[in-house]
Amino acid sequence: MELFRFKKDIPFMSYGRLTTTISLLTFILSVFFLATKGLNLGVDFTGGTVMEMHYAQPADINRVRVELTEIGFHDAVAQNFGSSHDVLIQVPAKQNTTGSKLSEEVLAKLRSSDASVEMRRVEFVGPQVGKELFENGAMALLLVSLGIVVYLWIRFEWKFGLAAIIANLHDVVIILGFFAFFQWEFSLSVLAAVLAVLGYSVNESVVVFDRIRENFRKMRKATVPEIIDNAITRTMSRTIITHGSTQLMVTAMLFLGGETLHYFALALTIGILFSIYSSVLVASPLLLMFGVSREDFIKPEKVEAEEVLP
Amino acid sequence: MNHYPLWKYLLIFGSIVLGLVYALPNLYGESPAVQVMPLRIHLKADAALLKRVEEALASAQINAEVLALDATSVKARFSDIDTQGKAKDILQAKLGDDYMVALNLLPRSPQWLVKINALPMYLGLDLRGGVHFLLQVDMKSVLDKSLETATSDFRAALREQNIPYAGVTREGNKLSIRFRDADNRSKGMSELKQRFGGMEFNDSDTSSDFRLTATLKPQEEQAVQKAAVQQNLTTLRNRVNELGVAEPVIQQQGADRIVVQLPGMQDTTRAEGILGRTATLQVRMVEAHLNSDPQVRDYNPEKIEAAKNGMVPAGTELLYSRRDGRDEALLLSKQVVFTGENLTGADASIDSESSGSVVSVKLDAKGGIAMKNASREGIKRRMAVVLVEKGVAEVLTAPTIQSELSNRFQITGMRNTEEANDLALLMRAGALAAPMEIIEKRTVGPSLGADNIARGFDSTKIGFIAVSVFMIVYYLIFGGISVFALGANLLLLVALLSMLQATLTLPGMAGIALTLGMAIDSNVLINERIREELRNGVPPQTAIHVGYDNAFATILDSNITTLIAGIALFMFGSGPIRGFAVVLCLGILTSMFSSVLVSRALVNLIYGRKARLSKVSIG
Repeated sequence: MELFRFKKDIPFMSYGRLTTTISLLTFILSVFFLATKGLNLGVDFTGGTVMEMHYAQPADINRVRVELTEIGFHDAVAQNFGSSHDVLIQVPAKQNTTGSKLSEEVLAKLRSSDASVEMRRVEFVGPQVGKELFENGAMALLLVSLGIVVYLWIRFEWKFGLAAIIANLHDVVIILGFFAFFQWEFSLSVLAAVLAVLGYSVNESVVVFDRIRENFRKMRKATVPEIIDNAITRTMSRTIITHGSTQLMVTAMLFLGGETLHYFALALTIGILFSIYSSVLVASPLLLMFGVSREDFIKPEKVEAEEVLP
Repeated sequence: MNHYPLWKYLLIFGSIVLGLVYALPNLYGESPAVQVMPLRIHLKADAALLKRVEEALASAQINAEVLALDATSVKARFSDIDTQGKAKDILQAKLGDDYMVALNLLPRSPQWLVKINALPMYLGLDLRGGVHFLLQVDMKSVLDKSLETATSDFRAALREQNIPYAGVTREGNKLSIRFRDADNRSKGMSELKQRFGGMEFNDSDTSSDFRLTATLKPQEEQAVQKAAVQQNLTTLRNRVNELGVAEPVIQQQGADRIVVQLPGMQDTTRAEGILGRTATLQVRMVEAHLNSDPQVRDYNPEKIEAAKNGMVPAGTELLYSRRDGRDEALLLSKQVVFTGENLTGADASIDSESSGSVVSVKLDAKGGIAMKNASREGIKRRMAVVLVEKGVAEVLTAPTIQSELSNRFQITGMRNTEEANDLALLMRAGALAAPMEIIEKRTVGPSLGADNIARGFDSTKIGFIAVSVFMIVYYLIFGGISVFALGANLLLLVALLSMLQATLTLPGMAGIALTLGMAIDSNVLINERIREELRNGVPPQTAIHVGYDNAFATILDSNITTLIAGIALFMFGSGPIRGFAVVLCLGILTSMFSSVLVSRALVNLIYGRKARLSKVSIG
């Protein structure tokens, strides 16, 4: 079976202007949402308490809210989580409160009206720890980006490293943009997904770049855009199939992995979709823009003068 | 050209067999068990204990599936949770307080697997349920305390050497000693320098007087802080023993933090109550009190009255002792005789002579000497046991010293065993060197943990099946080979995780699924390359060879970039995320092995032998 068979190379590079414009637009939109709405940072980063409560019968959210107000947590948020039996309560961190005791207080109060309530999960993160986790996350992102640029620089050429990292950071910004726009909770596991996507989607660019390098050697007469078009067309089938397989796994996680893995899988899904787009339609035009040429790979060979004597 | 030397086949076959063996324990699952550990130092987990446990269980007609002795404990495995609960109650009743009887889970794998150290993967708290605490040690108070002690020590040293001084005061992190003239200052300096090697002394004159300033040397400061964290670790270990949790983790994290993980702990309130006690214990002399008993020195109602009106003499503090709901005012010296740091034991017991309830206190050598000195000069004086909890000092008890004491003594006059028990517990609790605060807490209930395992397992299973079906439909035989390689990858990854006993978390399980999804990339790359070569009219054998060779460079590049991400996550991630990073990194290694070597070996076995291969099944 074969799904993708291209008789002719698709002239991706001639769409370069269009695709980079689209990218730029989505990028700007993402930055806009990040700036205006901001990320809905989870308790991991802001500090605070999250409690997951399970009731034997469908939970009365309004009563839970009233009860939380009664014990003085006016800024607590209660919502259904997964099923009608489960309630997620979030209380932001405040200065000078012994946060770790808070969950006991809440449980005691909720138990007083419904003894069936069971505490399934509590996460309390002090503001200091939250700040550190955030800083560490940012450090990890920086380190991964640098590591990838350096690696691609060594392995290919600086133009490739730069093009790949711009294309993939563009993916990262777009994932973050989605999280900002929909106000999905940005937790530690989402951050892990973002970093994994960064490593993973660079794969994509690497595969295309590998082909470009190979083509420079093989297709002596072709122009640079032709070489890139050919490289992309010939890796297209593989691109879609591998991403499809990875996406199959991620989709299983998205629907079966439960609430904890849901946003993790969601970040991966957005990342995978955009990484196809960006490595084909962002990294390669960028490469063209940076003026990649045959000379970047093929050192002019010394022609040894061979004399043919009669 | 598509042949592997024999050793390569053997290596691949060997790795898969090894993988099978070490992944095997995960299939057996775990059974409820009870773990018995001695709590006292002089008691050991030995054959005698094993026999006692065996007899106790036999007498209650409880059948243990396995009863085993290891280095630190006796473990008994049961068929169900009910039996486990019954066994725990019986063992605790028979063995008494000297032993910790904790609920645990033990792998059900057969003995031969246990013998070769093949254990199931170590599940993180989010999968098995339990509590995770991150505690911050208050370093400022550690330094405060050590400067406070130095202040009194300076005074004592100068007094002892008859060097006149005008006063010792604390200014921030500095101690400033004032002298009346330069001569005394230099004498004082040489004396103090000699005695307190950990401090740095400088003379700093002001217009009015001759001063000496002392600061802690940086290395001394570090040593003090390190010792405090160590002491807290020890105390926490003892406290966790009280909780009866099997396999607790108590570790230092960074310079001033401690991680406590209690797998399977249900009662978080109790855990927090016991761990979160930031109490510190101090024993100080009573300078004045209101007990008019002529047998007790320092009866001084005027002084107390004055202190109540705000006239507290220098170096003393007015505190209250609460007993029977009444407050007794006591004027205490600020000088600490010994602290919880020096306390090695406090137990309630019955005194053989008076047959009253007492608390037997044991101190370390340093505490013993301090106690000896203080009690020798302080017979018939009162001594207060002060518990400082979150900055509030409370006098637990203020007994009268009856004779010269050393590192073992008793506090008498307890009305009943309960009171003695309470005091002993509070004193032990105060043995933390520095207050701590819980700055992170994560609790996962056991039912959620089980759900998480099921979810992680289901998504991996469904994802694996979906990918397999697709690969076989799309690439036929080569697809089948890829799926086999993917299976080998999963097997090796699970085996590696089990061997290393790396903590498997829910994000870690997601990492397994993700690694599988990504590992197939390598095989797709190879298969696509082979197809392309075939399309270009290259003969099958060459196509296979070239396909694998050309794809390898790409596979290497793309895996290394993911590895970079994995390593960064490992370095900066914490807890569950670190679990994800470990799986990601190991998964890259196993996937390189299986998708390149294992699949190639299979291809070689299937096609490599045929000299004239006209067609391969690659769809």
